[in-house]
Amino acid sequence: MDFLADISNAAPEAILAGFGLAGLLIGAIGGDRISGLLRFLAVIALAAAAAAAVVQFGRGESISAFASDPLAPDGLYKATMFTIFAKVVAYGMAAAALLMSGGSLKTAQMERYEYPLLVVFASLGAGMMLSANDLMTLYVGIETLSLSSYVLAAFRRDSVKSAEAGLKYFVLGALASGLLLYGSSLVYGFTGGTGYAAIAAAPESIGLTFGLVFVICGLAFKASAAPFHIWTPDVYEGAPTPVVAFFATAPKIAAVGVLAHILFSAFGTHAASWQQILAIIAALSMLIGAFGALMQNSIKRILAYSSISNVGFALIGVAAGVEDGASSVLVYMTLYVVATLGMFGGILALRRGGKAVDQVSDLNGLVKSKPGIALGLMVLIFSVAGIPPAAGFWGKLQVFTAGISADLLWLVLVGALASVVSLGYYLRIVWAMFMKPPGEALDRTEVSVGLIVALTSLAMFPVLTIFIQLLLDAAARAAGG
Amino acid sequence: MAGAELGLGHYMAVSAALFTIGVFGIFVNRKNIIVILMSIELILLSVNINMVAFSVFNGTIMGQVFAMLVLTVAAAEAAVGLAILVVYFRNRGEIAVEDVNVLRG
Repeated sequence: MDFLADISNAAPEAILAGFGLAGLLIGAIGGDRISGLLRFLAVIALAAAAAAAVVQFGRGESISAFASDPLAPDGLYKATMFTIFAKVVAYGMAAAALLMSGGSLKTAQMERYEYPLLVVFASLGAGMMLSANDLMTLYVGIETLSLSSYVLAAFRRDSVKSAEAGLKYFVLGALASGLLLYGSSLVYGFTGGTGYAAIAAAPESIGLTFGLVFVICGLAFKASAAPFHIWTPDVYEGAPTPVVAFFATAPKIAAVGVLAHILFSAFGTHAASWQQILAIIAALSMLIGAFGALMQNSIKRILAYSSISNVGFALIGVAAGVEDGASSVLVYMTLYVVATLGMFGGILALRRGGKAVDQVSDLNGLVKSKPGIALGLMVLIFSVAGIPPAAGFWGKLQVFTAGISADLLWLVLVGALASVVSLGYYLRIVWAMFMKPPGEALDRTEVSVGLIVALTSLAMFPVLTIFIQLLLDAAARAAGG
Repeated sequence: MAGAELGLGHYMAVSAALFTIGVFGIFVNRKNIIVILMSIELILLSVNINMVAFSVFNGTIMGQVFAMLVLTVAAAEAAVGLAILVVYFRNRGEIAVEDVNVLRG
């Protein structure tokens, strides 16, 4: 296979890499004046990458690239149907998060040309780690995502909180990368190869199990699953809100997707070694996420705990194994990140005198001042909480069904308990919006933010409530191939 | 002289020791964030020892290729880490680990 064929097989990532490098050049010449233009172009590039991934999904088969190297006979890059599905959602979410970031960047004096490029490079890393068919590609992809994310978290350079968020994210993220790498080295040592196929073909050994545990720890950190969740609330609170809107969506589904993918494919033959670990991580995440959020006052911190809890729910599907759980993971994460994107849109709309506010009390009486946003937020919150008729309910149903058919009844019961507990803080937000008297007036909502909130909440109810079968079919197709 | 030959186990022991020192360096150290950066480098280097040793004993080249990638990424990681540290120092005027506590709840 020649080089051009390889590039066209890796089209979504090639688009992003090409745009990112060209954008750096344009930005270096044009400076911060053209950051608005670059952001617009970056949204188009991300949408184009998502479209290219959709085309790949339509081909209905795994797509390899760079497979001709004699050193890596299995190929370094292989996008399976499962990972292509996750990529489509991740790129789409990244584009939407970037689209609604404009106004907040301007008011916070963060409108610099690096911002859209860092989001593009982070998405490229997310796509690369999903497409990895080798521990090396996985590592480089994860680092591309992580290094861009550290910088994004500290992007508001004049804010102590943002700098501290970046610092904490960096230190703990580097530790997680170290764990992942040490695990990779053990896996390589005890299987003799770094390719997923070579790992799957290797016999069981104690060294391989050790390596597997390290790899799971490293990836669970990236997905912010307990007990590796410590960074999440701090980074969500400290980092600028448009950045968090990105963190909570695209890298989240990519991290859960890559954890599921590597366990199902490379370690699929060693499932007995990881199923228990995943079940425990899922249970811990659900409980810590549910109880941790109860005492918080910052909406961003609440959403951080909510994301920990929701990753736990998705991991029920991973623990259930590839036959029962693969499609449920995709369905759950897709519904979750779409709803989360809308919720962060709602938070972006909370500005008073040009300053972003993020306490639950700032939501008081939102139904009077911004009835559209308040209604949208309510639908999205119900969806994330899994209350019918919002579409999030179908996601919860899917992972619970997967858990039961894999004989993980105890895990499903823990999940049900966590759902009930988490209602406590979800309903507190709804209560503040609808029942409390309004506070000081909020700034006008931007068109892009209002649009995203409207679209995501309409998707959660009633569109996907009724047409959920389309999503289920697509996910089943992704899990099958 | 029996037992004097260096085996895979020796390399793995050195690597595991370095890795442990690195992890403890991150958690036990309460003084300075620069020390944390050094600990991270230590972890990455322990991985490299493992990779190269496995590569030699397995007879495959992939471990050495991997080690090259790790070296490159480690340099990028140090650059990003120091840049964030500079931003933090400009805001706080100090880099003591105990004082990284604005965000909590």
